Amino acid sequence: MQNREPYMQKIIGNRYTKTKASFEKSLCLFLYQLGKKGKSLKTCLNISGLGMQFKGVKAVQNVSMNLEEGKLYALIGTNGAGKTTIINMISGVLKPTAGTICFQETDITGMRPDRIAKMGVTRTYQNLRLFKKMTVLDNVLMGAQMHSTCGAWESVFQTSRFRENEKSMREHARKMLDIMGIAAFEKEFAGSLPYGNQRKLEIARILASNPKLLLLDEPAAGMNPQESHELVDIIRGIQKEFGLTILLIEHDMKVVMNLCEYIYCMAAGEVIAEGGPEAIRNNPRVIEAYLGKRASHVTN
Amino acid sequence: MKYRENAAVRFVCFVLLPLLILIYSAINRGHYYSDLICLFGIHLILATSLNLVNGFSGMFSMGHAAFMAVGAYTSALLTISETQKARISGLPEWFQKFTLPFPLALLCAGLVAALLALLIGFPVLRLKSHYLSVATLGLIVIVRAFLDNEDQFTNGARGITGLPSYSTIFSVFLTGLILLYIMYRLIRCSSYGRGLIAMRDDDVAAQTLGVRIVTKKISIFCLSAFAAGIGGALWGHLQTVISGQFFYFTDSFEIVEMSIIGGMYSLSGGIVGALVMTFLPEILAPLETGIMIGGFQLPELYGASNLIMAVFLILLIIFRRQGILGDSEIIVESIFSKSTYTGIFKAETYRKLVDITKAKLTGKKKEKTAK
Ligand SMILES: Nc1ncnc2c1ncn2[C@@H]1O[C@H](COP(=O)(O)OP(=O)(O)O)[C@@H](O)[C@H]1O
Ligand SMILES: [Mg+2]
Repeated sequence: MQNREPYMQKIIGNRYTKTKASFEKSLCLFLYQLGKKGKSLKTCLNISGLGMQFKGVKAVQNVSMNLEEGKLYALIGTNGAGKTTIINMISGVLKPTAGTICFQETDITGMRPDRIAKMGVTRTYQNLRLFKKMTVLDNVLMGAQMHSTCGAWESVFQTSRFRENEKSMREHARKMLDIMGIAAFEKEFAGSLPYGNQRKLEIARILASNPKLLLLDEPAAGMNPQESHELVDIIRGIQKEFGLTILLIEHDMKVVMNLCEYIYCMAAGEVIAEGGPEAIRNNPRVIEAYLGKRASHVTN
Repeated sequence: MKYRENAAVRFVCFVLLPLLILIYSAINRGHYYSDLICLFGIHLILATSLNLVNGFSGMFSMGHAAFMAVGAYTSALLTISETQKARISGLPEWFQKFTLPFPLALLCAGLVAALLALLIGFPVLRLKSHYLSVATLGLIVIVRAFLDNEDQFTNGARGITGLPSYSTIFSVFLTGLILLYIMYRLIRCSSYGRGLIAMRDDDVAAQTLGVRIVTKKISIFCLSAFAAGIGGALWGHLQTVISGQFFYFTDSFEIVEMSIIGGMYSLSGGIVGALVMTFLPEILAPLETGIMIGGFQLPELYGASNLIMAVFLILLIIFRRQGILGDSEIIVESIFSKSTYTGIFKAETYRKLVDITKAKLTGKKKEKTAK
């Protein structure tokens, strides 16, 4: 939203000398264009020529993607296609062997994971990486404290700034738990939660850090149909409410087709197709490599 | 009602107990038992500070003796008298007459130890698990070799004598309390500590949540060394004689043992470990010289106390690997509350026990009603 204001001022400034009617007309025109373009004014993440090689194995080759701000993207592909590896590279867990990653026009290729996270790129893990011996609330506080400027020594002297900071972080964390619908478990250990709730907790944890880009690695894996349906609703909700850009890895084609505006399809480390749900559904290479019978099932 | 209980507990812990200890130490200064209590206080500082690294950061260091030695020598050189200093050949002129008051000397001891930790931290903390442990053992050897061979500053293997006996129950426990308070606040009540425990649980996830692993590891290693340096200095001022041989493998292992026995995942675990390791050998000592029990004269059992300690440690490792306290902290107010003790058992086993007893009770009731 803030990014749009300068544009507005520029246009208003230019037209200010003209008559009121023409000014209003141009404003309407501008707003119309804005509406037509939607939120696609800025690029959030740009990946080009990305490659990752583990000794002999080429896990990812020459992958390029362009994620625009405020949209929901899906990354699909068979097991071992290299989807998780891509998320690992974006979040800095792995250093790519080729190509570049730009986040909001900053080159983040090979940057330390903590710095990338502080820029607002956050992720969840396919195999869950919760802090199992910490409470649910503490897990979310780990996200909430990411941008905290309160030094360690302030906690020793219990300064008022420290106490206020801690209090507001707790409130914020509770709100996130509430959004994900697991506020009732805040005092339990993360490891003792049922599987579905652990997945939700992982999302709450990164949501608490005021992220700009979410990379969700199979967030519905292992959930029963009802839970996964709930989760889809929540993801759609938070994406709208916070205006987030989301890259979602998901196997359930119904979810992907309904939820996402743009889909990348991978096979054997390469992007073999990209486009809107319709285009992907009818793409012969996708059907051949991945969708098979399920695609026809969905279309029917 | 609850408030009153808390107030009473606080009164006992913070006013009555320290007062009694102070009076006792004033009367029995230099007495064997007051020295023993001092030793407990020093062990407490050492074990809790080791827990910072071994329990809370997920590394496993065994090099505490090295930091103790550095602290003890620093404080010794800063406090001994001119005549004592004259025996050490290589001290510069200006340093001969230079002495610091005890609190400042302690602070310097801690800082120099922390500096050593900072220097070796960068190469050593890159190592994982047991490689790190071996490297820290190497540090002990290096420090020992330095102390024994660098005659000009350390008086070589003869060591330094005539340290002022500044370590009283008062000074030791005051220092210990301050250090414990700082550690407790940092570990249990701050973002720093939360990040540290998160790093131990899962370092990859912690990194992608903005935790910088290197800084975390180095800073906690330095903090631990800082406290160890102060502990070593206090130890020097208690014994009044120091030399390289007092800070070697066995001394390091003893502290590691304390932290394991008490439970390395909690600060209070260090206290409990220090308590056990300081007083249990004393209690067992009479066995070695032969005692009368109920009219029987037991034979002299040399080494019995060591043997019993060893068996105790083995049993503990088998049946309660996480130490006596596990990862629960003793908080003054909760000493008298029931939940503290239920927390020491695994919550699940406790629940099962309750369920079983409940089932039995209700079963009996049902039987009765059926009859
Ligand atoms: N750390 C690693 N070392 C070696 N090979 C790896 C590593 N991580 C992934 N791979 C390989 O890279 C390929 C892609 O894996 P991955 O990204 O996990 O696939 P996906 O998430 O799409 O199922 C697989 O063939 C896998 O064996
Ligand atoms: Mg995967």
